Amino acid sequence: MTFPLLTLLGLVPLVGALVTFALKGAAAKYAGIAFSLVTLAMGVWAFALSASGTGFDERYTWIRAIGAHWSLGSDTLSMTMVLLTVIVVPIVLLAEWTIGDDPESGRGSTGAFFALALMLESFALYCFMATDTLLFYLFFEATLIPMYFLIGRWGGPKRGQAALKFLLYSLAGGLVMLFSVVGVGAEAAKTGQASFLVSDLAAANIDQGTWGRLLFLGFFIAFAIKAPMVPVHTWLPDTAEQASPGSSTLLVGILDKIGTFGMLRFCLAIFPDSSKWATPVILVLAVVSVIYGALMAIGSRDLLRLVSYTSISHFGIMVLGIFAFTSTSIQGSIFYMLNHGFSTAALFLVIGFLVKRRGSAQISAFGGVQKTAPVLAGLFLVAGLSALSLPGTSSFISEYMVLAGSWQRQPIFTAIAVLGMVLSALYILLAYQRTMTGPVTEQTETHVSVDLNLRERAVLVPLVALLLVFGFYPKPLVTPLEQPAKEAMSHVDMTDPETVVKGGN
Amino acid sequence: MLTLLETNLDWGALAPLIVVFVGACLGVVVEGVLRRSIRDEAQLIIAGLTLVLAFGFTVQLWRGREFGVEAGGSVSVDGPALFTWGALIIFTILALLLASERKLNQGQTDFVPMAASVPGSPLEARATALRLEHTEVYPLVLFATFGMMLFAASNDLITMFVALEIFSLPLYLLCGLARRRRLLSQEAALKYFLLGSLSSAFFLYGAALVYGYTGSFELNRVDAMIGSAGASSLLLAAGMGLVGVGLLFKVGVVPFHSWTPDVYMGSPTPITAFMAIATKMAAVAALMRVFYVGFGSMEWDWQPLFAVLAVLTMLVGSVIALTQSDIKRLFAYSAIAHAGFLLVAVAGAVTPTSSSAFGALTGSVGSIQFYLAAYGLATMGAFALVTMVRKAGGESTSLASWSGIGRRHPVFGALMVLFLLSFAGIPLTGGFIGKLLVFLAAWAGGYGWLVLVAVLMSLVAAFFYLRVIVVMFFREPNEHSEGVTVEKPSWMTWTVIVVAAVGTLVLGLWSGPLAELAIRASAFLGS
Repeated sequence: MTFPLLTLLGLVPLVGALVTFALKGAAAKYAGIAFSLVTLAMGVWAFALSASGTGFDERYTWIRAIGAHWSLGSDTLSMTMVLLTVIVVPIVLLAEWTIGDDPESGRGSTGAFFALALMLESFALYCFMATDTLLFYLFFEATLIPMYFLIGRWGGPKRGQAALKFLLYSLAGGLVMLFSVVGVGAEAAKTGQASFLVSDLAAANIDQGTWGRLLFLGFFIAFAIKAPMVPVHTWLPDTAEQASPGSSTLLVGILDKIGTFGMLRFCLAIFPDSSKWATPVILVLAVVSVIYGALMAIGSRDLLRLVSYTSISHFGIMVLGIFAFTSTSIQGSIFYMLNHGFSTAALFLVIGFLVKRRGSAQISAFGGVQKTAPVLAGLFLVAGLSALSLPGTSSFISEYMVLAGSWQRQPIFTAIAVLGMVLSALYILLAYQRTMTGPVTEQTETHVSVDLNLRERAVLVPLVALLLVFGFYPKPLVTPLEQPAKEAMSHVDMTDPETVVKGGN
Repeated sequence: MLTLLETNLDWGALAPLIVVFVGACLGVVVEGVLRRSIRDEAQLIIAGLTLVLAFGFTVQLWRGREFGVEAGGSVSVDGPALFTWGALIIFTILALLLASERKLNQGQTDFVPMAASVPGSPLEARATALRLEHTEVYPLVLFATFGMMLFAASNDLITMFVALEIFSLPLYLLCGLARRRRLLSQEAALKYFLLGSLSSAFFLYGAALVYGYTGSFELNRVDAMIGSAGASSLLLAAGMGLVGVGLLFKVGVVPFHSWTPDVYMGSPTPITAFMAIATKMAAVAALMRVFYVGFGSMEWDWQPLFAVLAVLTMLVGSVIALTQSDIKRLFAYSAIAHAGFLLVAVAGAVTPTSSSAFGALTGSVGSIQFYLAAYGLATMGAFALVTMVRKAGGESTSLASWSGIGRRHPVFGALMVLFLLSFAGIPLTGGFIGKLLVFLAAWAGGYGWLVLVAVLMSLVAAFFYLRVIVVMFFREPNEHSEGVTVEKPSWMTWTVIVVAAVGTLVLGLWSGPLAELAIRASAFLGS
């Protein structure tokens, strides 16, 4: 038996969660961060192996009676998502180092927060690595448990309701997907051999007729809620407003990626025809998400709501890239998932530091922060610029790839989506102007008098560095993504349009 | 011709039944012979040994695959029967452990000191002062278990009726034995008795009609006669319907569910747990046997009916559960909803003979067996936890009094969450795999739409389980929760909780072995 790197990759944070849960006080914090760093090292190693072309998939039979497998894949799509997860989690832990000390914002200890975050990391990692539909579903649903408690126990005064709303939306999506999981399993069994492996399901020719489309919709609706796309997005702003910034980062930065990841991995592979059948509607929804999210962000009075609306807008671009069906746009889309994770994390966390000082997330509560806390303001600006995809940040590369690729097949939708880019400049810069520039208000003077401390800088600097480094030198991350993009194209049996623009490298 | 006296019984094949019956009888003898002071220990030991021995015989039979229709065609010892026997025995052991818990209640069990005393009377007070006890609980439970085991294995309708009565009568009694809130308990017993008798009458009438049409009580002969007689008649349809009513009553299917909430709430909690699992298990096994074996050739007639009942049951159970303010009543409605999920697979009717899809999946019987095992474990655990929440010695079951209890007692809270998640069918628990198997069976049987409905109902169901979690963790303590504590139980209740929790996780994560066992034990003899 070969070394089960993938299984261990998920197991380490899970064990870490249990250990952290059992410990108390500072010991729990250090244990939590240590486990997340070990996971980081393993994750980076796994990504490097995968990018160099080494395959190390794992497959064991789990429930033979229904053809379920413990099956983990090591392709670069999975490993890119793994990379995102393992990087974001330790940063979030560091950012929320003192969350348990504040009696106002929550009731649980920091150790409990760390334990839940590690549990979430483990489930999310398995989710990204699973190549068995049932296994994926298992962890897809399981992530809700730690996330629910993370939102419900730490955050604003209405966090209980926010957690409930999040859970109900997610459960609704999850159960609709359960219908489809049962369906594909039972349909595949009609071939004589039950199996939930994505490869077997793709070969079983399930995507036929009305039932095929219904099953596709089950998957797609679940992923659209997760991503989130308009019109099933309303849970996100409410949740992000009440949750702690760390939880929001985990939610938007990592968990929501399962939505777009799932579209690529499951919808396109198992339901190629239905995916093409639904493309016009999906593209409309994607573009609506781009524009609507941007407009709502401009209109937001709350910084946390603002960031969540920008995410809705950005998820629209990712979905556009996937369903435009060109290899460049899909490649860009996957790269965007990674960058978006970093840039939202940076934004949520820097705003979190700001909110913590001021005790409010209202834009009107700030003014002139750049004079009292220049480092904070500067990092806010850089994070914001990466969110609006300024050239030089890695988000720009990915967004450009999506738009350039999509243009070849869907010029109209792409043209509308480009508007979203313009709007994004507006919401970021307006927010910056209103909170950071101008005369120092009295409130800012008293509350935001201290600039970022060393720990807070240590949280933000790596994120900003990642965004900038890969903005100038994206090759190590982009090149490995050619393979999954090519695979996705072959699933749906499409080739790039004639006028191929070579993008990315 | 049937000979009236069947002399060549295969004692070995019937050993588990006989052992439990003898154990129960011994319990009765002990009541008359031993001193009061040592009766309780003696009863516990006898019941424990009996059940362990019966379990051993059951395993022995399964190992040797000694299947056969015994006792002149009236008892069918086959895969489903043995699986149900084994599970019933295990759950009975757990229920008895809960029933003998004394530490939670100042050294006394949850049963009334003297059932014959009028509530509030001087006699009752004297009985309490003397610390009298009803150790008859043990033989009663054993008799009920014996009846259920026979019920699940009955191969003819008369034996099935006798078994039905054997397990029902002790249960009626047990329901009325609660130490506290005795009027409620006695009301529950009376209601259960009246409605139960009515349903038994339906069953018997149905059996008579079926006999009238087919000339036999034996299930495989009934099936053969239906097959050869061709066109179905009103007589047969009425007979089948009435037999069905009797069985569905015990399963707790809408519209025959109305006894469930009151009985669950009024009964002593260990008995509620016992009924919730064991009755359901035996009744579903009998239901499948009657319909898959006896009326197997008429599946086109009853499948749609079961599908409709499944929808109704899930709907009523889940929606009414939303409004409940008492935890035991909530579990009662949840039990109704679960009966609906079980019917989803019953309606699918994927059996080795009926469907080509069988073989690639677990089939209806195997799925339901797995589901019941997972459901049973979660139920046992949840009710065991309910017995621990006390206010001034008595159980505190109103939901409002549970406010914030999970934060004050994190271990208690985490365990309850585990069982609730299993009920709700959230992954990593046995409940999820059970639900998945049941849905797969229904889909393979051609009931894809029913799966869709069931999935939507699962969402409603998840919501009310979630309400309990919200109350436990996110609600501030209030005037209702004052003085409510989580008592520390003795090893007996802890054993139940640990077994239930570990079992729930094992079934959720390492589900293969039990799923394999359930599928191998899913062929009815004679079908």
